[in-house]
Amino acid sequence: MNRLKLKDLEVSYEGRTVLQVEQAIFERGRIYGIVGPSGAGKSTLLRVMNLLEKPTRGSMQLFGTDVELPSLTYRKGVPIQRKMAFVAQRPSMFQATVFDNVALGLRYRNLDKSTVQKRVEHALGLVELSPLARQRAQTLSGGEAQRIALARALACEPELLLLDEPTASLDPYNISIFERVIQQVNHQQHMTILMITHNLPQAKRLADACLFLHKGRLVELADTHTFFHHPASAELQDFVSGRMIC
Amino acid sequence: MMLTQDVWEVISLSLKVTTSSVLLGMLMGIPFGAFLGLYSFPGKRLIIALIYTCMGLPPVLVGVIVYLLLSRYGPLGSLDLLFSAEAMIIAQVVLVTPILAGLTMAAVHGKERTYWETAKSLGATPLQMMLTIIREARGGIWSGVAAAFGRAISEVGAVMLVGGNIEHHTRVMTTAIILETRTGNFTAGLQLGLVLLAISFLFNSFLMVGMMNQMKSRRR
Repeated sequence: MNRLKLKDLEVSYEGRTVLQVEQAIFERGRIYGIVGPSGAGKSTLLRVMNLLEKPTRGSMQLFGTDVELPSLTYRKGVPIQRKMAFVAQRPSMFQATVFDNVALGLRYRNLDKSTVQKRVEHALGLVELSPLARQRAQTLSGGEAQRIALARALACEPELLLLDEPTASLDPYNISIFERVIQQVNHQQHMTILMITHNLPQAKRLADACLFLHKGRLVELADTHTFFHHPASAELQDFVSGRMIC
Repeated sequence: MMLTQDVWEVISLSLKVTTSSVLLGMLMGIPFGAFLGLYSFPGKRLIIALIYTCMGLPPVLVGVIVYLLLSRYGPLGSLDLLFSAEAMIIAQVVLVTPILAGLTMAAVHGKERTYWETAKSLGATPLQMMLTIIREARGGIWSGVAAAFGRAISEVGAVMLVGGNIEHHTRVMTTAIILETRTGNFTAGLQLGLVLLAISFLFNSFLMVGMMNQMKSRRR
């Protein structure tokens, strides 16, 4: 019940395997950093977990719910999808106010108006953008839009938060707010967070544990200290020391 | 030209036939176009090719087909609709629905890539997803409605065939213009044409206001 487990996961495009994970277990309430060189399969992993992409084979156990991923239909996947939220590197804002953007996931869940109001206000407060509630979302700066995307995900109160390089194009001020909010919801709501990042100091700062993907394979998953200071594999040693790996 | 009772009657019937056919076309064409823009299935390419072909259907051909369907010995002859406003609406629905479906499909497909993943990851059901993307694509869809309205109000071949241009019954602006021209009354024909243009201008201006507001909000 208290863990997220991936088993026998494989994603292939036209016969070429781009992701292969025999087994990965994530404990509830921890922050995981996902690192690896470009093209390692990090985004594919999150997209598969968020049911945006179907793997060739594999299953996921999401805090007590077993999901056979390749055969899962869109309709049957909706209740599972609603246990998690996803923030992409480039957020897409709908043509509506900031408030309506943050409320969208809650309206999909048919929550009553007062709950929607309360949760949206809380989420906007978390990301320090309450004054922008009535502004049109298309007018936001990149940093503001990314914080609104985080608020939109958090308003849904997910058990699992998936972040795909969310701070890659943010300035230090927005990054600090983003990181503070992630740590806050992790501590207060016991939310499990998986975050892709190319910023190794950020992974060290935030993550309780990290996983390293290379050439579509999960090479290592360990507590952050062990991961960075005592890497088991030669590939990870090279990667964390900044050497080119191939 | 004096706006006599007869002229008002012609204008009013034109508007009735055009708005009814565009509304019916919207009811069918927009959901169908959105479905095509959002989902993949076997035979989709063929359907798209057929829709694009039907966007350029010759009105006279549509008129002949609807005429044969509604004629006394046709499969729908028992409905006794030939030479009625309803027959004209049917013919125009056949003409405008592919336009609405095709342009909705293009508009939705353009937005689908951007918004599908976000809506899905926020927990949208398939229906909620479709409604969200239709809402995001509304600028393009309104362009389709404007094109459909333009086609319907200026259409003459099909409505002449299935309506018959009967005075006080099925005479609309375009068929009245033809009649005036044939009888040598070019001034009245031109004046009716100007009224038709004015109606089209007003309708499109109304749509443009909405579209421009949307564009402004995006640019800000």
